[in-house]
Amino acid sequence: MIATPEVLIVGGGPAGLAAARETVGAGCDTVVLDDALEPGGQLVKQTHKFFGSEMEYAGVRGIKIPEILLREVSDSPKLKILLRTTASGYYEDGVVTAIFQDKKVLKFKPKKLIIATGAQEKTILFPNNDMPGVYGAGAVQTLMNVYGVAPGTRGLMIGAGNIGLIVSYQLRQAGIAVAAVVEALDRIGGYWVHASKIARLKIPILTRHTIIEALGEENVTGAIIAQIDDNWLPIPGTEREIECDFICLAVGLSPLSDLFRLAECEMVFVPEFGGDVPLRDTNMETSTKGIYVAGDVGGIEEASSAIIEGALAGISTAFSLGKNIPDYERRNRELRDELVSLRSGPVGEHIRSGIAKCRISAKTEVG
Amino acid sequence: MRIENHPILEFKHGKKVGFTFEGEELSGYEGEPIAAALHDHGVQVLRYSIRHNRPRGFFCAIGHCSSCLMEVDGIPNVRVCTEPLAAGMVVRRQRGKGELR
Repeated sequence: MIATPEVLIVGGGPAGLAAARETVGAGCDTVVLDDALEPGGQLVKQTHKFFGSEMEYAGVRGIKIPEILLREVSDSPKLKILLRTTASGYYEDGVVTAIFQDKKVLKFKPKKLIIATGAQEKTILFPNNDMPGVYGAGAVQTLMNVYGVAPGTRGLMIGAGNIGLIVSYQLRQAGIAVAAVVEALDRIGGYWVHASKIARLKIPILTRHTIIEALGEENVTGAIIAQIDDNWLPIPGTEREIECDFICLAVGLSPLSDLFRLAECEMVFVPEFGGDVPLRDTNMETSTKGIYVAGDVGGIEEASSAIIEGALAGISTAFSLGKNIPDYERRNRELRDELVSLRSGPVGEHIRSGIAKCRISAKTEVG
Repeated sequence: MRIENHPILEFKHGKKVGFTFEGEELSGYEGEPIAAALHDHGVQVLRYSIRHNRPRGFFCAIGHCSSCLMEVDGIPNVRVCTEPLAAGMVVRRQRGKGELR
């Protein structure tokens, strides 16, 4: 049997839930698929308070946001969330297949499809990078913040972007030592507010350094790091051993954009966004009519912008289905203005540059 | 190792259940990923790789990277970072592609 919801949303993270809030709010029959044990995506482990404005819940801890996003719609008979359900295919007749709890294949033929599948962590090359004890930083966050299990007793963080800095701080909150934060760039990539917390804890942030190898037989017992030169090559003689029992990689994320490729949406490689992403118009619709993109899968950014993009994709979808949305044009513009504001300033420069590479002119430009 | 006394978080654990890992009786909380329960007991090596027999462990925690495939109740290739723990589960390290039992 093929289910025919008006809207199918793949991914129940910040973008997917924000989209569902809008489509369900506008009266669309909506199904959300998510492969995790609970909805919320990576919000479920974000213990820090968010920035931005009220629209993306500034001042609220990330872990509280899924509940807030769902509050207005969770009792609605129009919303169905299927957990531990992995979208596995897209077929040329518009059918999406999904594996439900490893037991059953489900088929959906929605009128509109919103893909908000998020991203996965990248790794880097060094000997023993596959050894137990070398973890993605996000995985460490899940283990300690969601399930309350320590990844080890003393970690080495690779990467001083926001994720590396935030997870280092959260490790210390959980009572776990951090030997150092290693960063290949000549500067700290993350926000100063996060970096200064690390500095206050006297955790060294070693810029222009890299990991040479992980030490150990069956699991990590240490690491060798070294300084790098202008060509990013290790400087002989600067190697030193760091004592640690786990290594966290916070070296960037890559969009999980396979479904767009299956649906033959036009894709473009955008280095600023960590990989291949679909082209999209200002309403978040891709080159394939009726398929929308929202959140990190369209380009690595932040949960706050994912929430706004999700809401924008959600109201655009509902509007295109002919639902009555009071003040549609004003709300659409507000959301787009909010994205511009989140991406303003020097910090948003690479995002603006990425967006410029994947923009298609809107087919139904509003206002 | 469980984290006790977190300044911000309170962990909502399911009920305590028993399971076996390589024949050894262990306990964990129902509903948490099998990988979390194993880490609590210091088990980091979850399988050995297909070609070079290298030890592999937890990596992505979102069911995408295939690093944590184990045999659970005789079924190989179970992603233990997303598979919820249930009472009485029989968990084994996977070697290579694993075997159907």
